[in-house]
Amino acid sequence: MQLPEAEKLVQAMAQQIEPCLGENSVMVGMHTGGVWLAEKIHALLERDIPMGTLDVSFYRDDFSQSGLHAEVAPSDIPFDVTGRDIILVDDVLYTGRSVRAAMNELFDYGRPSSIILAVLVDRGGRELPISSQVTGAVLALAPDQNIQLNRDPQGQLSLSLRLTTA
Amino acid sequence: MAFLNRNPQLNQHGELQHLLTIEGLGAGMLRHILDTAESFVSVSEREVKKVPLLRGKSIFNLFFEPSTRTRTTFEIAAKRLSADVINLNINASSQSKGETVLDTVDNLAAMQADMFIVRHAESGAAHFIARHVAPHIHVVNAGDGRHAHPTQGLLDMYTIRHYKKEFHNLRVAIVGDVLHSRVARSQIHALTTLGVPEVRVIAPKTLLPAEVERMGVQVYYDMPQGLKDVDVVIMLRLQNERMRGALLPSAQEYFKSYGLTQDKLALAKSDAIVMHPGPMNRGVEIDSDVADGTQSVILPQVTFGIAVRMAVMSILAGSKQ
Repeated sequence: MQLPEAEKLVQAMAQQIEPCLGENSVMVGMHTGGVWLAEKIHALLERDIPMGTLDVSFYRDDFSQSGLHAEVAPSDIPFDVTGRDIILVDDVLYTGRSVRAAMNELFDYGRPSSIILAVLVDRGGRELPISSQVTGAVLALAPDQNIQLNRDPQGQLSLSLRLTTA
Repeated sequence: MAFLNRNPQLNQHGELQHLLTIEGLGAGMLRHILDTAESFVSVSEREVKKVPLLRGKSIFNLFFEPSTRTRTTFEIAAKRLSADVINLNINASSQSKGETVLDTVDNLAAMQADMFIVRHAESGAAHFIARHVAPHIHVVNAGDGRHAHPTQGLLDMYTIRHYKKEFHNLRVAIVGDVLHSRVARSQIHALTTLGVPEVRVIAPKTLLPAEVERMGVQVYYDMPQGLKDVDVVIMLRLQNERMRGALLPSAQEYFKSYGLTQDKLALAKSDAIVMHPGPMNRGVEIDSDVADGTQSVILPQVTFGIAVRMAVMSILAGSKQ
């Protein structure tokens, strides 16, 4: 399967996001891939908007099955969330559970005015009524296929596909 | 007989199931707890100071020995993880009616307890309970006799890392009643495990355990000598009852030799931090000027203690059965 070039998708995403920006816009990247993306998109935008990062480990719905993730990064939201228009950025949209967790966490910081979701890849397989407003690419993947965003030492982003070992 | 050698705190996957003592835990595990705690610090600064991680879990604070600060910080930590917390001061109830510790624990387990936070005057009490409970129940030692107080040791390590960034280039002095201090034992184990090259203990002979050097520390009887060029000064609480046991002449005498004053602190590095596990005896082990001074990080220790206890509880609750 030919995977799209991540860097080109990022540019397209920035173009889609640009007209959505207003006075109260902020961007929040979800660890880890979403943070890389948000940084890239942020650099391409004409307007300088506040940036934050979110690690949803404490809000995941699979804690009782899988416990705490080995590496938890601190969430960093250096602005008041209340009244903001949040662009939530993640690399891959799959079941929708991480996005649900992220929205729950954001509401513990305050009451945003709106949230839109920007993802690099929508791979289908949703288990919750969640969809993205800004989408880099839509790929139909089988459940045993795992798509992953990588960043090389020069900061270049790329997508890779692996089979998940059950 | 491999199971006899197994660390009773770890499950068969090597995950932390109970936190009973720092002794025997590797540097990787200690760093994992400190890193996780770092993520919890920001939770306490938000509008909603709560995450849903332990929603629906019941945590019992089982205090067979009185404590205000430790019990309160465990309670706050559990509540910020959305757990239900039940406080039991046992000496006031069932113990006086003659119920054994294990009967108390069994009764609480029958009430669907998920975690016990145990404080007891006898060394080994938390181990004893951990061996007894069903595998889905977790035990945290909140201080047992003279043995260990692992969450205090961990929060002290968190505090040191917060201010000093690294462990491998530090000189740390622990001053005071090491003999009776479970806090000092936990600190020494944690400091040496995390790679602090020089740990000093400063105390009169009567307040040092026999062969304390074997824990990997250097012994100083003279405080000015011991404080020279250290990065971290940890003061221990002098328990008043020690005075009666003829271990020490008087509080005034003790303060003169082993109390931390600005003059003595000036012998340490100029950016040295001063720590104390609390509660403080002002004018006995520490002068008020130092306790409230610019180098004191005693109150941040309390704040970090909540995040560290949140980290410990969520790591335990997330371990596989």
